[in-house]
Amino acid sequence: MEREHTIALLVENKSGVLAHIAGLFSGRGFNIKELSVGETENPEYSRMTIVVQGDDQIVEQIKKQLNKFIDVIKVIDLTNIPSVHREIILIKVKAQPPRRQEIFQIVEVFKGKIVDISQSSLTIEVTGITEKIEAFVAILKPYGIQEIARTGRVSISRGMSKAGGLGNG
Amino acid sequence: MKMTGAKAIVEILHREKVSIAFGIPGGVVIPLYDALYGDKQIKMVVTKHEQGAIHAADGYARSTGKTGVCIVTSGPGATNIVTGLATAYMDSVPIVALTGQVPTSIIGNDAFQEADTTGITRPVTKHNFIVKDPKELPIIMKKAFYIAHTGRPGPVVVDLPKDILTAEIDFDYPEKVTIPGYNPTIRGNPRQIKRIMETIKVARRPLIYAGGGIITSSASEELHKFVKITGIPVTLTLMGLGAFPATEPEFLGMLGMHGTKTANYAVHRCDLLIAIGSRFDDRITGKLSMFAPDARFIHIDIDPASISKNVVIDIPVVGDAKHILREMIQQAEKLDIQDWLTEIARWKKEHPLAYQNDGTLRPQYIVEQIDKVTDGNVIVTTEVGQNQMWTAQFFKFTRPRQLITSGGLGTMGYGLPAAIGAQFAHPNTLVFDIAGDGSIQMNIQEMATISQHNLPIKIAILNNGYLGMVRQWQEFFFGRRYSATCLRRDGRCPEECENPGENCPPYIPDFVKLAEAYSAVGMRIEKKSDVEGALHEAVKVKKPVLIEFIVNPEENVTPMVPAGAPLNKMISSKEDAQNFLLA
Repeated sequence: MEREHTIALLVENKSGVLAHIAGLFSGRGFNIKELSVGETENPEYSRMTIVVQGDDQIVEQIKKQLNKFIDVIKVIDLTNIPSVHREIILIKVKAQPPRRQEIFQIVEVFKGKIVDISQSSLTIEVTGITEKIEAFVAILKPYGIQEIARTGRVSISRGMSKAGGLGNG
Repeated sequence: MKMTGAKAIVEILHREKVSIAFGIPGGVVIPLYDALYGDKQIKMVVTKHEQGAIHAADGYARSTGKTGVCIVTSGPGATNIVTGLATAYMDSVPIVALTGQVPTSIIGNDAFQEADTTGITRPVTKHNFIVKDPKELPIIMKKAFYIAHTGRPGPVVVDLPKDILTAEIDFDYPEKVTIPGYNPTIRGNPRQIKRIMETIKVARRPLIYAGGGIITSSASEELHKFVKITGIPVTLTLMGLGAFPATEPEFLGMLGMHGTKTANYAVHRCDLLIAIGSRFDDRITGKLSMFAPDARFIHIDIDPASISKNVVIDIPVVGDAKHILREMIQQAEKLDIQDWLTEIARWKKEHPLAYQNDGTLRPQYIVEQIDKVTDGNVIVTTEVGQNQMWTAQFFKFTRPRQLITSGGLGTMGYGLPAAIGAQFAHPNTLVFDIAGDGSIQMNIQEMATISQHNLPIKIAILNNGYLGMVRQWQEFFFGRRYSATCLRRDGRCPEECENPGENCPPYIPDFVKLAEAYSAVGMRIEKKSDVEGALHEAVKVKKPVLIEFIVNPEENVTPMVPAGAPLNKMISSKEDAQNFLLA
């Protein structure tokens, strides 16, 4: 079955690891839709969240290959595990003074924050799941979007569930 | 103890019990070669091309089970070993390759002889390292050797910037190393093993399909014992040949594209396929959706990523073949599968491997004669193509590590340098490289290395004047249009060659003269009746000998499963191929 998979990885925090992992996906013709990387509480390890679209069986094979990498400590597919997903977007939108009030209201509904303001534009930060971010973008479109920066999601399993946890290796 | 990085590496090689290394020096590795100069424990064999060095290290590793070591310089030295790394990676061969690198201060500056070695070799190695801090050198070297020879073995590259080799370090070599992301499973899950044995006991048509994993884990004796208890017939992959003696009645021959009809029919008809240390490669399965259509699948492999990669497995067991087979032997009993064995015996009788045994000098006959004249006391390396398949079909391999061949990557030019590694490892054993006239030329420069070390390697070139395997496909599937496969072709030939024959240009090079130029003995054999005598003479001479056999140019490897066909649809001739194409 072809669908979106969210894979969390605990990896060695050193150069070349990301290239190695990216190579595995590209070598099989997979496009990484979203990717985020950051250090964990243990600075020797990084955590990656990778989102790909793909057939279950092929993704299963990719997970095995990832596990085989010596720099990969743990691989978790969060697709079927209750998880929390968050993404941040920074969006710069045209906003001449007369239209600002309208935009402020939209930002409030989305629990966003104005992080920068200029003569003719506003920069807004919104956090949430992908659907919320996309809805926000759609609603701002008519005002004239100048620039967007998205982080790609970070994901973590809910509660104390051991199965979905990467722990600290 | 304080010492330079280069000295530390030599000390580490001593502690890892490395007695031989293959390579070529260059600018940035001069300090390392300097530290090796005059070393009593490590024999440094300098080849003529880095590809020769890495294949020699590979041949040494395959023929012994030890880790092969290769030392080359940065840039082109490193890129020249890429084919050899890929060869070793595909066939799970333990190698530690040390590559020089420009000093850390100028990495990334497009310096002279700089290449991104870790970037280039990442997809063709089990793992690679670049040493950026001299303090890390010992631990990285320890990890490299550990990773190369444990689990599913493979090549590991350690990239060594020049300043790391000259830096003073406090030498401390760890006895052991733990790597959080690397912990191969050795012992199979007992519940899964029990399930396997229960399944085997109720099978009516079981078949063992074993591969190179048996050889890697030294599990031949266990396999033999298991087969003798249960009576289950065995087929082997190319990489597995020798893992079970070809002379035993349970052996059905190799399976797959150029496997025996018996083996392929048995795979097609079995109701339980027991794969051990093999990986369901496309040359084995033929058309995947019709592979062993009636069978349930058991797969025993040390690499979890091999399980259900191509064929969905019913009962997998991850672990080392030797351990798992030992457990299986504990629970094994004789199976009542007489009907199945009778069916197989009939195929064996009706479809033996054959070739036209007439007055013509045919390559299959030469392979058989090499087996006969040496009485099987020989290590055989091959090149890739028809020579390799005829060797696999007609030489009766009886022990593991007797056949050294590039299976997964199919690297032409592998056999000659691999023979160097095998001969150094086994100075008292006869080593034969069975070669084609095309592939031998891809690393023929190593003839010089052979003569310089007075290695008594025998080279049998089956000269058919073609890149024979491709020519065979052209004959079968492309209307005998021999595009780019004729090795006699020169500038005078017409655009499209209609009639290969008497008027063809002479063969270049003259292999006999070439052998002599390299201080080896050269012979040319054109008659079938001269083969045996020539081989006897070659074996007697304590020198490298090259024999060029002028064989029937359009001899084919048969039977053959055409690409994309199921295993039971084998062809044996051009006519069969036409019918296959029309169907």
